[in-house]
Amino acid sequence: MSKFKKKKSGELPAISTASLPDIVFMLLFFFMVATVMRQNTLMIENRLPVADQVEKLDKKGLIMYIYAGKPSSRYRASAGNQARIQLNDKFAELSDIKPFILAERADTREELVNSLITALKVDGKTNMGLVGDIKKELREVQALKINYSTRVGNALENISN
Amino acid sequence: MARRSAPTVNAGSMADIAFLLLIFFLVSTTIETDYGISRKLPPPNQEPTDAVVRDRNLFQVELNQFDELLVEGEIMKVDGLKKAAIAFLDNGGGTGKLLCEYCKGSHDATSSDNPNAAIISLNNSRETSYEAYIAVQNELIGAYTTLRNREARRLYGVSFVEMEELLKETKGEKEREVLKKRIVNIREMFPQKLSEANPVN
Repeated sequence: MSKFKKKKSGELPAISTASLPDIVFMLLFFFMVATVMRQNTLMIENRLPVADQVEKLDKKGLIMYIYAGKPSSRYRASAGNQARIQLNDKFAELSDIKPFILAERADTREELVNSLITALKVDGKTNMGLVGDIKKELREVQALKINYSTRVGNALENISN
Repeated sequence: MARRSAPTVNAGSMADIAFLLLIFFLVSTTIETDYGISRKLPPPNQEPTDAVVRDRNLFQVELNQFDELLVEGEIMKVDGLKKAAIAFLDNGGGTGKLLCEYCKGSHDATSSDNPNAAIISLNNSRETSYEAYIAVQNELIGAYTTLRNREARRLYGVSFVEMEELLKETKGEKEREVLKKRIVNIREMFPQKLSEANPVN
């Protein structure tokens, strides 16, 4: 009889957590392998327009990012209300683009310089004037391969809202 | 001498450490890949040439500061632009040297002679919004892609977009050569002649 009593009186055995670290490490390694470090902290609003005739940008190392848009709310007091350019975590002027491109080129291996692509991450509400000025600077410094970064979707949504 | 077993390290906090690292990586990395419309800018300081482009071979698209679209002098909604651009490019109204054998358009005498001669000119104001500009670019490139897909399917049985995807995956030297030749051939049938003027005012 005592056999049966013993079983009933005991509480549920605790689940072993010994393999928990292994599971978490597995997740950790997955994320370390599958992701890349965030490059820039955005200081501007950056809601990209939508398009469907898009290409995927694969080689992360060969992309130069130029951001543009209105300063986000926390920077509005110091940076103003007008659309600004952001390069590498800092607000920049049009004249800073050329040095930026040249610096990026100097950082790239020589044989790959020709395949550098400039990705323009421009907020949808920005005026084309600013974008045109950026393109003019890029032309002058011979950075001719550009990519208008977009979200993937139906392009007609851009106009309606 | 009594043999003392080495004290075991308590591994209970290992999970906490791993979690900490995991959360750090979750926050500081991104998994997203970028998508976008690839374009090539014209080289700087091009000498303006006096090349005569016949009016019928020019398809004028204008975007004003209120994001309104003017196509060949008529107001148009963006959703009609692709169809209009296809009709213009595929018109094939030329004869003799400019004859276009693969064009399936209406052969209108007031529209383009040949896809090789057809130029789309895009104008925008400085106050045009970037969204509208991208929408128009997208529709125009979409027109070219549609036509290229059609011809690629007719000649090789696969669409142009599929051929470009295939080129990325193909490893064999010979197959790549063949594929590249085909892609170039299709590109030459409908070359992207998209001219953008510097915005005035």
